[in-house]
Amino acid sequence: MIALLRRDLLLATRAGGGFGLGLVFFLIVVVLVPFGVGPETAILSRIAPGILWVAALLAALLSLDRIFALDHEDGSLSLLATAPIPLEAVAVVKAAAHWLTTGVPLAIAAPVLGVLLHLDPSAFGLVVVTLLLGTPALSVIGTFGAALTVGIRRGGLLLSLIVLPLYVPTLIFGAEAVRRGVDGQDPATPLLMLGGITAGAVALLPFATAAVLRMNLR
Amino acid sequence: MTIMSMWEYANPKRFMGWTGPVLPWVFGGAAVCLTVGLIWGFFFTPDEARQGSTVKIIYLHVPAALMAINAWIMMLVASLIWLVRRHHVSALAAKAAAPVGVAMTLIALATGAIWGQPMWGTYWAWDPRLTSFLILFLFYLGYMALWAAIDDPDTAADLTSVLCMVGSVFALMSRYAVNFWNQGLHQGASLSLDKEKNVADVFYQPLLFAIAGFVLLFFALVLLRTRTEIRTRRLRALIRREGQ
Repeated sequence: MIALLRRDLLLATRAGGGFGLGLVFFLIVVVLVPFGVGPETAILSRIAPGILWVAALLAALLSLDRIFALDHEDGSLSLLATAPIPLEAVAVVKAAAHWLTTGVPLAIAAPVLGVLLHLDPSAFGLVVVTLLLGTPALSVIGTFGAALTVGIRRGGLLLSLIVLPLYVPTLIFGAEAVRRGVDGQDPATPLLMLGGITAGAVALLPFATAAVLRMNLR
Repeated sequence: MTIMSMWEYANPKRFMGWTGPVLPWVFGGAAVCLTVGLIWGFFFTPDEARQGSTVKIIYLHVPAALMAINAWIMMLVASLIWLVRRHHVSALAAKAAAPVGVAMTLIALATGAIWGQPMWGTYWAWDPRLTSFLILFLFYLGYMALWAAIDDPDTAADLTSVLCMVGSVFALMSRYAVNFWNQGLHQGASLSLDKEKNVADVFYQPLLFAIAGFVLLFFALVLLRTRTEIRTRRLRALIRREGQ
């Protein structure tokens, strides 16, 4: 399992792995928003939590189709399926690798981009915390979507159509927690909900992912 | 003689056998119920005190909304039956129900917008109920797109069944997340067992007819589409055999 994780992390960070692309995409989306809505500080700081969350979600979406597609093409996915570790573990490792290469960098970069959006400085910590707490759910859900569409040629668009509705609860609680923090309310409830979604998704979805992979590899 | 189990009816041949004669009756029942319900509702009920005649769109809005959710639940049950017992008719019924469900969702959203304009002064509000329906609509689209994208029918049935199950959980979570996220304009349930909050009897009775009509119409359309799917499947098998 560790070997698989190391292999995936190496593949993602080497040239052509798309490791930096997600971050750059995140940056570009955030930079585009002020061009769209105007440069007023009040408006930007009001919508900053939501923009950061939506942009992070889109950036996480960008690298999803790489999770299984390349392994499927060169046949290593079939090898993994016959490997001594269960396919559920493969699903967990793949999601973990995606999270380490996408979710964590996004969470660390978010406060920097928050400065661009005039995000209230007191909410910086909350942005990082909610993203760290919520992006594992995004990775696990995304891995499930990637497994669903692995056998489909040019499945990228379909993947986003399937995965984005599944992201709704995570997005709502994540952005709501930051918003409450900015407004000076107690963010504990949405934070707990967000943690609950992540815990539930991490615990249960790998089984669905593995089941779907078996169907696709039959 | 052995006792016939209900699953016997799910055999494609038997399914074609019993649905053929039943189908016109279901369509007829839907037509009668809809005619009675809608004409009674539109022309023979009084205008509501505050809403005037706009209230009459309820006879389309409420049944469509009801069926939009029930269609998804039916798809979920059919998907489970497919995964557990591998009855092909059940997978095809789930596939057949999705476009009908999406149409019901669209009717509910459109009539809601038309009703909302005079009542709330806006076609759309990010109200929990409206938002949940929009999300349900997106789930339907994803489900149908996945069916359309996969060539092998059994794999497609397997994958869409899992998506339907996972999607149901997330749709339910979205429903509660959305409640948490915004307070609504929409009134509570119009039809619940808690009679106190229900709509008045004059509106209630024709509404029941309209709902029965929508339910029958839904079943008729799903049966018809399932029959079409079975015939398509047979035709494909025939063509493949000819080609060899």
